[in-house]
Amino acid sequence: MWDYTPIVKDHFLNPRNVGDIPDADAVGEVGSLACGDALKLYLKLDDNKDKIVDAKFQTFGCASAIASSSALTEMVKGKTLDEALAVSNQDIADFLGGLPEEKMHCSVMGQEALEVAIFKYRGIEMPAHDSEHDHGSAYPDYEGEIVCKCFGITDAFLKKVIETNSLTTAEQVTNFTKAGGACGGCIPKIKELIAQVLGEATAKPRVRPEKLSNMKKMQLIQEVLERDIRPLLWADGGDLELIDIDGSKVKVAFRKACAGCASSGNTARMVEAKLRDLVAEDIVVEEVSQ
Amino acid sequence: MKEIYLDNNATTKVDEAVFEEMRPYFCELYGNPSSMHFFGGQVQSKVTEARNRVAELLGASPDEIIFTACGTESDNAAIRSTLEVFPERRHVITSRVEHPAVLTQCRNLRQKGYRVTEIGVDGAGRLDTDELKAAVDTDTAIVSLMWANNETGVIFPVEEAAEIAKSKGALFHSDAVQAIGKIPINMAASSIDMLSLSGHKLHAPKGIGVLYVRRGTPFRPLLVGGHQEKSRRAGTENAAAIIALGKACQLAGQHMQAENTVVKAQRDRLQDALMAAIPHARINGGGADRLPNTTSIAFEFVEGEAILLLLSEFGICASSGSACTSGSLEPSHVLRAMGVPFTCAHGSIRFSLSRFTTDAEIDTVIRELPPIIARLRQMSPFGREHLQA
Repeated sequence: MWDYTPIVKDHFLNPRNVGDIPDADAVGEVGSLACGDALKLYLKLDDNKDKIVDAKFQTFGCASAIASSSALTEMVKGKTLDEALAVSNQDIADFLGGLPEEKMHCSVMGQEALEVAIFKYRGIEMPAHDSEHDHGSAYPDYEGEIVCKCFGITDAFLKKVIETNSLTTAEQVTNFTKAGGACGGCIPKIKELIAQVLGEATAKPRVRPEKLSNMKKMQLIQEVLERDIRPLLWADGGDLELIDIDGSKVKVAFRKACAGCASSGNTARMVEAKLRDLVAEDIVVEEVSQ
Repeated sequence: MKEIYLDNNATTKVDEAVFEEMRPYFCELYGNPSSMHFFGGQVQSKVTEARNRVAELLGASPDEIIFTACGTESDNAAIRSTLEVFPERRHVITSRVEHPAVLTQCRNLRQKGYRVTEIGVDGAGRLDTDELKAAVDTDTAIVSLMWANNETGVIFPVEEAAEIAKSKGALFHSDAVQAIGKIPINMAASSIDMLSLSGHKLHAPKGIGVLYVRRGTPFRPLLVGGHQEKSRRAGTENAAAIIALGKACQLAGQHMQAENTVVKAQRDRLQDALMAAIPHARINGGGADRLPNTTSIAFEFVEGEAILLLLSEFGICASSGSACTSGSLEPSHVLRAMGVPFTCAHGSIRFSLSRFTTDAEIDTVIRELPPIIARLRQMSPFGREHLQA
């Protein structure tokens, strides 16, 4: 049995704002019957078309999906559209006193329906993706390339959820988005996305150290290759191996898809730029075939 | 709140008479049945009596009964033993709707280089025996098929399947944990080589199981150590639970008639009333031969966990084939193997009755469930569209 908070139970047993708004200004629809949960959110705006005066929902799903939808409608009423867009899935979970981690995808579904509704109302394009998947798409309005074919979830959507919730494992990503929870075929790809997001996030605040001993320099080169560079290559099916470090000369060999790739020269430049950026300005990257 | 327990395929209440039978073997008669002294000896004689009672329910000989810790252990022991006995045979057959105790093991074997065939079922959950005939060959070590399905109650033609396995020299094992005590079984007139039983499915406590191994069947133990169970399962006997299981089997034999008349009539009444009151519903496996106590009903456009939690408000305990209840994200592998559409699989509820189920309890479910389904459909975006159309 799930350990739901009393607030989740209350919103499940006595959901607020069930129904539809026939003259709604904005409607957001996510999920599908096949996926096991779905939410249709209706928003009514004031005369200035800025503040949400009414919100209603229809949800197909488990107790936490219904409670998350109910909480969402309560939270956005009275907010301006911009204020509503600032509501995160974590805010929905917090409003409910928390959700079991395996059920976090219910709060994500709520946040997503809200975003879709507002974006559509504002005429912001959310181009449809290539819909080659088994049984419906959880987030049909989200752009990007499908990663999880079972639930029809795109890389752009996954990266957003990984980043906003600071997720670090594939299991967490499954709990938050369902991606990878069926056949599991996309779990390696999810791990790559996590590596990408982590790489991007950790690269930002870091600055190049002033002065480095040779020992420290070698350590830092290895660290940057592992943390910042290899995950980027994995994402394209490639990889590299550190062969040797000789002073400022870094010798690498490209592997997998990078090996023999016509643009490996560019990749070597990218590696060099990254190392110069994060380790030392005088670094030279040399590609060796080994 | 008093529970209305309709989840007997998950586990059962320990019968009071069973509990009384085992009670003295904790604090008073706690001897080790293997001991030479009188104190152990009196436990030994009760274990022997229990073995005889289990054998009687199965139509088996007492020396064909090996006590284990659970159904899962019995399943593991049967399959692993066979692979050790026939090292040259590298093929295993099971079904797509098997319990994880068998299915997970078989899938792990695939990673060890074994060929594993999972036989499919039709829309009513019936085994494709033609597929089985085509799959068995002289490389097949074991065919393991459940007697009755835990989710739908659908009964497999295990005797026919055992004959098919035998024709190529393969052993046949059946996970019969859901069938034993609910339908008559007679191993004396059977071709089945091995059979798994679990105590807690028939009003004995958890933590006791049986592996039946037909006399003359080559066998290698899963657990080695002491000489217990004629060296076929080492480890000090769980005497109290064994004695309880013996009593539970004796009672199951006495109640077999009622199980197939009284309980079946309650099940049928529940199922008929729900189908009459709730549109867009279907019985999973309704067209097949099923256990008398089980019904699995799919309600379209609603999700199982939500149904279960609303039933729970009335004390009603059932289970679901839905993804959300299990922590997995896909609906039950059994329903998917049957080709139950996703629209129904998520909203499937299983009711499993027992001889302790009362007519009043059935009345409560018949009264409370239809408004729950209507309420959730009213809330569901799909329910409205489809029900209006």
